[in-house]
Amino acid sequence: MSRAALKTHKVWRVGANVDTDALAPGAYMKHGIEVIAAHCLEVHRADFAGAVKPGDVLVAGPNFGIGSSREQAAGALKQLGMAAVIAPSYSGLFFRNAFNLGLLLLTCPEAESLQENEHVQLTYEGTTPQVLTASGRLLACAPVPSFLMDMVNAGGLVNVLKQRMAAKSSAASDASLSA
Amino acid sequence: MTFDKASSLPSGAGRTLAQKLIARAAGRSQVRVGDVLTCQVDLAMFHDSSGPRRLKPMLADIGAQIWDRNKVVLVLDHYVPAQDEDAQKIIQVTRDVAKEWQLPHVIDSEGICHVVLPERGHLKPGYFCVGGDSHSPTGGAFGTYMFGIGATEMLGVVATGEIWVQVPQTMRMVWSGALQKGVCAKDMMLHMIGKFGMNGGNYQAVEFAGDTVRGLGMQERMTLSNMSAEMGAQVGLIAADAVTTQYLKSVGVTDAQLEASHFFQTDEDADCQRFEFDAAQLSPQIAAPHSPENTKPVAAFSDIKPTVAYIGACTGAKLADLRAAAEVLKGRQVAPGIQLLVAPASARDQAQAAREGVMQILTDAGASVLPNACGACAGYGGTFQEGATVISSTARNFQGRMGPASVQVYLASPWSVAAAAVTGNISDVRELLS
Repeated sequence: MSRAALKTHKVWRVGANVDTDALAPGAYMKHGIEVIAAHCLEVHRADFAGAVKPGDVLVAGPNFGIGSSREQAAGALKQLGMAAVIAPSYSGLFFRNAFNLGLLLLTCPEAESLQENEHVQLTYEGTTPQVLTASGRLLACAPVPSFLMDMVNAGGLVNVLKQRMAAKSSAASDASLSA
Repeated sequence: MTFDKASSLPSGAGRTLAQKLIARAAGRSQVRVGDVLTCQVDLAMFHDSSGPRRLKPMLADIGAQIWDRNKVVLVLDHYVPAQDEDAQKIIQVTRDVAKEWQLPHVIDSEGICHVVLPERGHLKPGYFCVGGDSHSPTGGAFGTYMFGIGATEMLGVVATGEIWVQVPQTMRMVWSGALQKGVCAKDMMLHMIGKFGMNGGNYQAVEFAGDTVRGLGMQERMTLSNMSAEMGAQVGLIAADAVTTQYLKSVGVTDAQLEASHFFQTDEDADCQRFEFDAAQLSPQIAAPHSPENTKPVAAFSDIKPTVAYIGACTGAKLADLRAAAEVLKGRQVAPGIQLLVAPASARDQAQAAREGVMQILTDAGASVLPNACGACAGYGGTFQEGATVISSTARNFQGRMGPASVQVYLASPWSVAAAAVTGNISDVRELLS
């Protein structure tokens, strides 16, 4: 794919150790994801949820998503239309939740060199994602295994399971037809 | 989490507890660190927040059924007792779904999931388990591989009985020597989290070992495993032993079930990172706002005057924690200007504490007793007021978790919470016990 054809993504910056209570505040956990998303990250930057646009990316410091298992932490970012999160490291539990919801996480050691409002593109060298800055700098990211990339492309685990259940039931009905 | 190639395993090399547990669940004779494998789940636990209200619509959407309802445990602990209409609705949906699915194992308003799960004999050494809650590593205290997952991943487990896992490296925390009176598992964990950081576990396995750990009772061991979540580990394992067996027998696990269990241990020549700690040198530890890794010895906090002393949560309000608090509070009164709140982690623990006179000591000292639920720790309701300074036996002190952003939460052991409650400032409990 030529670089010109790649989408560009506006960068929103947050710091290190962003926790799940900041992403999905407990007080709103009894509500649906639309409500939780409206309060996403408000403890760090009140301007975020109201102004972020679909296709933007969130760039954070290390240990993004520490804390709770509540997947609404990833779901809120997905709901706001984030194209990806780019950070040097993640909580393992958050990492699984994000991919299960179809939210792409890029593990990028140099993430913190990206600036607020800068525009980046995401490109792939095989299974290895790269972040391309407007000035032409390429930031390497850790490879994403194909089963997790498939999950992102399918829009999350629910869709993967649907495909699997459908394949199973069509195999079962084939078997009953041939019986 | 990185997905580099799996390391090679020299033949004849020792295996870690984590490797043995995963190998069993994956049906392999051996597994290498870094391997990504599909494991069969022995038990799945979820609660009123992560469970039915999220799972039911998704299960219908994908057209699947629960793979094995006998292997599912549902606990109502996050939204009970209901504080408002929304919470009431969530509880009702949870109870309705439990009936509709005919779940045989439902524990409703009788305590916090991580405490009631072993209390009802559901965890057995050798099991591979998942929980819909981040403190699910608590189960590792029973020699089970147990970790937390989100609701969508739980859907996958509930529909298929399977989950993927990457075989972790093991960080082996070897503790030797005797803890001083008034110093406990919570202090050990706060110390380790301070040393390694909130994500220092890097989603690998932490294993707690050494004579100090073997000398701890099951509930203290659970505190270690519980807070491996705050180290960012996937699991916090402790090899099952005679102490485990004795506990399991006391909660009704049969000899036949114990025979069928797997008491795995890390081989001495297994490849792991080893860290050594001297228990006798450990002083009470406090984690300052707003992170469990902001840990220092108690002496650094003597000018802090809490307005609330909170003994609660799966981390810090089990029977062992209530007994510790009572030992400090016996014959003493809560200081003026401070409110002592106690939310026993389970109804059974509270009943036993009542039989022992522990509850009486707590209330005589001026404690208010709250329901057996997650309470203020989850932050879903009943949190602290604007401007409160809290010393808490819970696991997390993130800004805004337990109330408005202005609330300052200091994490401590139940010993230290009780000491602050009677002295009015954060103080060294050892001075009250001598």
